[in-house]
Amino acid sequence: MKKEIPLLITFLLGAWMILEFFFHNVPHVDKITETLTNGGMVIAAFTYILGVMNILQVNYNRIRHHQDRPYKWTLLVGFVVMLLLGFTWGIEVDTPFQWMYNTFYVPLQATMFSLLAFYIASAAFRAFRARSVEATLLLVAALLVMLGRVPIGEEWIWSKLPDISSWIMDYPNMAGKRAILIGAALGAVSTGLRVIIGMERSYLGGE
Amino acid sequence: MKHSLRVSAVLLLPATLLAANAETGGPLFDYLRLNVFLAVVVMAALLIYFFQKIKKSPETIFVRRIPGIDAIEEAVGRATEMGRPVLYVPGIEDITEIQTIASMLILGKVAETVALYKTPILVPCRIPFVMTVAEEMVRQAYYNVGMPEDHKPENISFISDEQFAYTAGVNGIMLREKPAANIMLGRFFAESLILSETGFQSGAIQVAGTAEVTQLPFFIAACDYTLIGEELFAASAYLSRDAKLLSNLKATDYYKILIVGIIFVGSILATLGFDWFSRMLTIH
Repeated sequence: MKKEIPLLITFLLGAWMILEFFFHNVPHVDKITETLTNGGMVIAAFTYILGVMNILQVNYNRIRHHQDRPYKWTLLVGFVVMLLLGFTWGIEVDTPFQWMYNTFYVPLQATMFSLLAFYIASAAFRAFRARSVEATLLLVAALLVMLGRVPIGEEWIWSKLPDISSWIMDYPNMAGKRAILIGAALGAVSTGLRVIIGMERSYLGGE
Repeated sequence: MKHSLRVSAVLLLPATLLAANAETGGPLFDYLRLNVFLAVVVMAALLIYFFQKIKKSPETIFVRRIPGIDAIEEAVGRATEMGRPVLYVPGIEDITEIQTIASMLILGKVAETVALYKTPILVPCRIPFVMTVAEEMVRQAYYNVGMPEDHKPENISFISDEQFAYTAGVNGIMLREKPAANIMLGRFFAESLILSETGFQSGAIQVAGTAEVTQLPFFIAACDYTLIGEELFAASAYLSRDAKLLSNLKATDYYKILIVGIIFVGSILATLGFDWFSRMLTIH
């Protein structure tokens, strides 16, 4: 019974969600689906309490064991300050919470995102080294696409470069992309069905 | 009993499809979605057919080697030799995302290997729901190999649900804890390259996998092994070595052949000017 009940719940809820897509004309189906979805959202909201407890527990233990103390203190102080500001003055526009968010978090987020530019350069440098036939093909295709998409390529090098770039993107690239998408979609469907019909039971501790 | 169930199912299906709404008189079944319904039925039928077939003769199944998945065991072995932890990043999406579900199934298998090797596994999560599921998967894995006392719940942590705060947190783990292996499987967005480049700089062996086409080039450029699209979904079956689960891959392969056939026929018909076939496949 320890495994049968979770399997039954998984099957019933999974099958409901699939059938609802096809039988949404049946009376009350949409209401039941909405109730189920709301139930999921309520569970998700409760898991945030577990998340907060996890943050406090993990970081407090680290501080106690003298591990990465400055980082952990920063996190805990930030957490408590934002929590107090939010509960005291709310989170609407022109509140201290929003000021802290816009002044501290948004620039930090932008900094993290802007690292991407440097990382793209370093990753591209490694990927485009012509060590094999495949890597050379990648290098040539990337050069053509990049040059075809900047003014210097069309104006100074060759006026046909944008056409070549578009052809690479629209045909070989699109074919590969669609093959990956079809494979991934089938994989997703089969994984979903595998779980719903109870073939995949590893989440219950295997057979 | 089984036979009568099958007969009732066969009789019930057309009856359900033909039933009408008592108030409006319209059909209960949305006929505009019949093509999707048939696609799901064919997929389910193939899954069940190969499941039954391979259950009878498991030795008949052959699955090609997938280097990216084989590399996961190699990466765990390397981490054990170096006495350093394994970092498992389950993507940044919620548990409602199928890639996250696939990632959780793989996490169960990876955690079993890690538990056998007595190597710590770190699982930082972006969504608390994913954290609770990940915790359960890892705990179950330690139980499965008979070492529940080695499980450390604090190694499965919630970082932040803000995308770049989470990325910064995981980068911090990579640089401070210096895991010997980074396994990144699930759905990723702009953080994919930030994570994988930081992992490269920290010198870890990296295995990544996603079905997100826009992020695959970043992983391929920065990681040692990449699971591309469907390989992510095949990984848990492949790692389990369970013939019944591997039958699933067989069903997917046959479905792909069917799709190739449909594309071929569709291309010819479209070229000849018959558009009814492509209209039949349109999803409403």
